[in-house]
Amino acid sequence: MTETDVECAKQDEPSQVTATVEIFIMGKRYDVPIGFTIMKAIEFAGYQYIRSCGCRAGFCGACATVYRKGQEQKLHFALACQCLVEEGMYLVQIPFVPANKALYDINDLAPEDNTILTIYPEIARCVSCNTCTKSCPQDIKVMMYIQNSLRGNIAKAAELSFDCIQCGLCAMRCPADIKHYHVSQLARRLRGKYIDPESKELNARLKELEEGKYMDEVDEMMSMDRDIILNLYKKRKIEAQGDLDEGADA
Amino acid sequence: MLYYPGCTLKTSAKNLEASAIAIAEKLGYKLVEMDDWNCCGVVASLTSDDLMHHLASLRNLIRVEEQGQDKVLVLCDMCYNTLKQTDIRMKASQSDLDTLNSFMDEESDYKNTVKIMHFLEFLRDEVGFATLKKKVKKPLKGLRVMPYYGCMLLRPREVAIDDAEDPRILSDLIKALGAKVVDNPYKIECCGSYRTIDQKELTSRRAKSISSYASTHDADLIMLSCPLCQYNLDVRGKEAESMYDGYSQLPTLYFTQLIALALGLDVESLGLDSHAVDPAPILRKRGVID
Repeated sequence: MTETDVECAKQDEPSQVTATVEIFIMGKRYDVPIGFTIMKAIEFAGYQYIRSCGCRAGFCGACATVYRKGQEQKLHFALACQCLVEEGMYLVQIPFVPANKALYDINDLAPEDNTILTIYPEIARCVSCNTCTKSCPQDIKVMMYIQNSLRGNIAKAAELSFDCIQCGLCAMRCPADIKHYHVSQLARRLRGKYIDPESKELNARLKELEEGKYMDEVDEMMSMDRDIILNLYKKRKIEAQGDLDEGADA
Repeated sequence: MLYYPGCTLKTSAKNLEASAIAIAEKLGYKLVEMDDWNCCGVVASLTSDDLMHHLASLRNLIRVEEQGQDKVLVLCDMCYNTLKQTDIRMKASQSDLDTLNSFMDEESDYKNTVKIMHFLEFLRDEVGFATLKKKVKKPLKGLRVMPYYGCMLLRPREVAIDDAEDPRILSDLIKALGAKVVDNPYKIECCGSYRTIDQKELTSRRAKSISSYASTHDADLIMLSCPLCQYNLDVRGKEAESMYDGYSQLPTLYFTQLIALALGLDVESLGLDSHAVDPAPILRKRGVID
């Protein structure tokens, strides 16, 4: 994130702004419009994201944010693209989580009781303090999926962690240095590959692809001009597009 | 009856859990696994200012209260010991409890209402060995069993379910099942405990000395309750066979497995095939199984 001309950004807006809240971005005070997400507010304040920003839709987990409110003792955790600004927020963005990740070939593993423990032995250090759960912006029972990993319940660990978007806040807060989000990804991979029934639909679709079902469209697109492709892209319909257009975060 | 399983019962001691549930049912009690339990904390912290390591146990006790119960049965000796030590400390120190309750602001406060009971205690004090004896269908006649306690059931004194130096609960149980007790001075020796991870040979030597005494006194097998002792005597004991010429480790069974056999429960469900030292030959020889 870099700071550009903050004053300038403010001058562009005043006539449209009816109500503002006071927030602090890395200790510096700004007034930003009510109803903005943290992400929009930071941009409104004149910062440009070069890290800590991805899909802007609550899925990628890139915009992990730590904040406190006023003089509250407790820290809060959120995704900047999903959380609205509130009066007195002291904000900082986490651009990167330096969590180590085990190397493994999923094809060489088996979903045994101790598979996760063998690859991530540090899960045995869990003291059940639940700090991970309290730091999760997705409201996942993080500690419980670590506990289930510890006792070899891979299916349950995968289920509990299903909504994980890998922002890494859990790992940043853990006193036992557990890398929860890597652990749960392993659980979901093991479950997907070895425990859940194979998807017939997926296999049917893969077969279609192998047989070149969509190659005519691909060939057609490959022969198009760049401008036509860009135009098609702009006019594309994506899932929930209607909701996005009318979305609250302006 | 609500019970706390602990991680080991879900991994290397599945046969302890399965046999305990089966015998409880036979005796007219339904064991219900508590919801949302976490690791017991493994090894109670004895340091006065280390409250952090009581969180795991205390959270489990809060879960028991949350589930409307005032008693929880524990099958694993290590879990029993850890949970019980935390409970004792919380009952003794309101300020420690306040500190932990305040740390766990997402939980209801622990109200100190839970009684933690080892499954053996439950069988002795609530079911009664006399009642158990009446329900025995196939007395384990002719079977010579060495009781082994290890440490976690008996130490420290505050959590002990029996006399720390001369316990008798397992001997009484063996008699109730119709088997012969081979009493021994090794019954309260340490099995090597977690040294099984970093000093396997040391643990194998422990297993050998315990089992050798039993062998020289014509015991057929060792009966115990702790999954860690079981692992060390069974798996590390088996490994001792390759360290010592001609040495042969005795089989080790959980008390729940022997009770199940005496109650005439289905042998297939007891996990007798999951032991490193196969107990089937001696059980067959003594006519306990077909």
